[in-house]
Amino acid sequence: MDNKDMDTQKQPAGNTLETERTKTGKVFVPRVDIYETQDSIVLTADMPGVDEKAVDITLEKNVLTITGSVAVTGFEGHAMAYSEYDVGDFERAFTISDEVDRDKIEATVKNGVLRVILHKAEKVKARKIAITAA
Amino acid sequence: MNSSGLWRTGNIVDLFPEMQRLQRDMNRLFTGIPRAVGQENPAINVWSGENDYIVTAELAGIDPHKLDISVKGDGLTFSGNHGVEPLKEGETYHRQERASGRFSRTVQLPFQIDSEKVTAKYEKGVLRMTLPRLKSDKPRKISIKAE
Repeated sequence: MDNKDMDTQKQPAGNTLETERTKTGKVFVPRVDIYETQDSIVLTADMPGVDEKAVDITLEKNVLTITGSVAVTGFEGHAMAYSEYDVGDFERAFTISDEVDRDKIEATVKNGVLRVILHKAEKVKARKIAITAA
Repeated sequence: MNSSGLWRTGNIVDLFPEMQRLQRDMNRLFTGIPRAVGQENPAINVWSGENDYIVTAELAGIDPHKLDISVKGDGLTFSGNHGVEPLKEGETYHRQERASGRFSRTVQLPFQIDSEKVTAKYEKGVLRMTLPRLKSDKPRKISIKAE
C-alpha cells in the first residue's frame, strides 16, 4: 500500500457502546487488520502506548470489544512544543458470528500491537474436498 | 441531444472514489481542522526542555532493530518499515487498515544536535528520541551592567 495516500491521523471514536465513560479523556479507534486462516480469524490492532496489563477484551453475546488504556504522560522539565497526534485510550467493538469458539480466544500484546486469535468452531471448519480427475 | 454527461459515459461504480473524496473534503470543511497538517508519515510530538528536545512517534509493531535514526547538524531523520507481515497462502483479509510499507520522517530542530549523546527508546509501540543541544550552541547568558 502506498503510504503517501494513507491518512496518518488517528480517528476520534464515536461512542461505540452508546454509554458514557467514567474516565474523561480522548478515545480513539485503533486501526485494525482482520484476516482469516484455515482454522481461525486473527485480529491485529495498532494500540501504541498499550501493554498487556492495560488491555481489556470482552465478549458479550456476539459483540467483541477491545479497549486499551493509555496513560497520558509528559516529560519532566519539558513542555510540549509541537504536536501532530493526540494520546488517549483505544476502543472498538466488532460483531462476530457464531462460527467462533468462544472458549478459545487468545490475545497477546507486543510492541503496542494487540493480536486476538479467534478460533473457528469445530463444526464450521471447512472440510477439504478432494477433486479427482475424471 | 449531444451531452457527454456523467450518466452517459461513466459507469456509476466509477463515481464511488470521487464521492468518498468529496465526503472527506466536506468533513474537513465543517470540522475546520485541516487534516493535511498531519499527513506526514509518521506523526510526531515534540517536547522542549532546557538542554534537549524529545521527539515521540507512535509506531506500533515495528522491529526496533531495523529502525534507522540519523542526526546531522540540526536535522533528525528516522525511517523504517511498518511491521505488517504479508499473509501466508490460504489466508485472506477481511479488513486491512494498518499502515504497511516504509516510512521516513525528517525533523529540523531549532539548534545543533549533539549527535554523540542522542538516545532512542522503543517501548509499547512508541518511539522516543532524546536530542541534546550541542554545548557550543547553547545560549550564552548576558549580564547587564547598571550604570
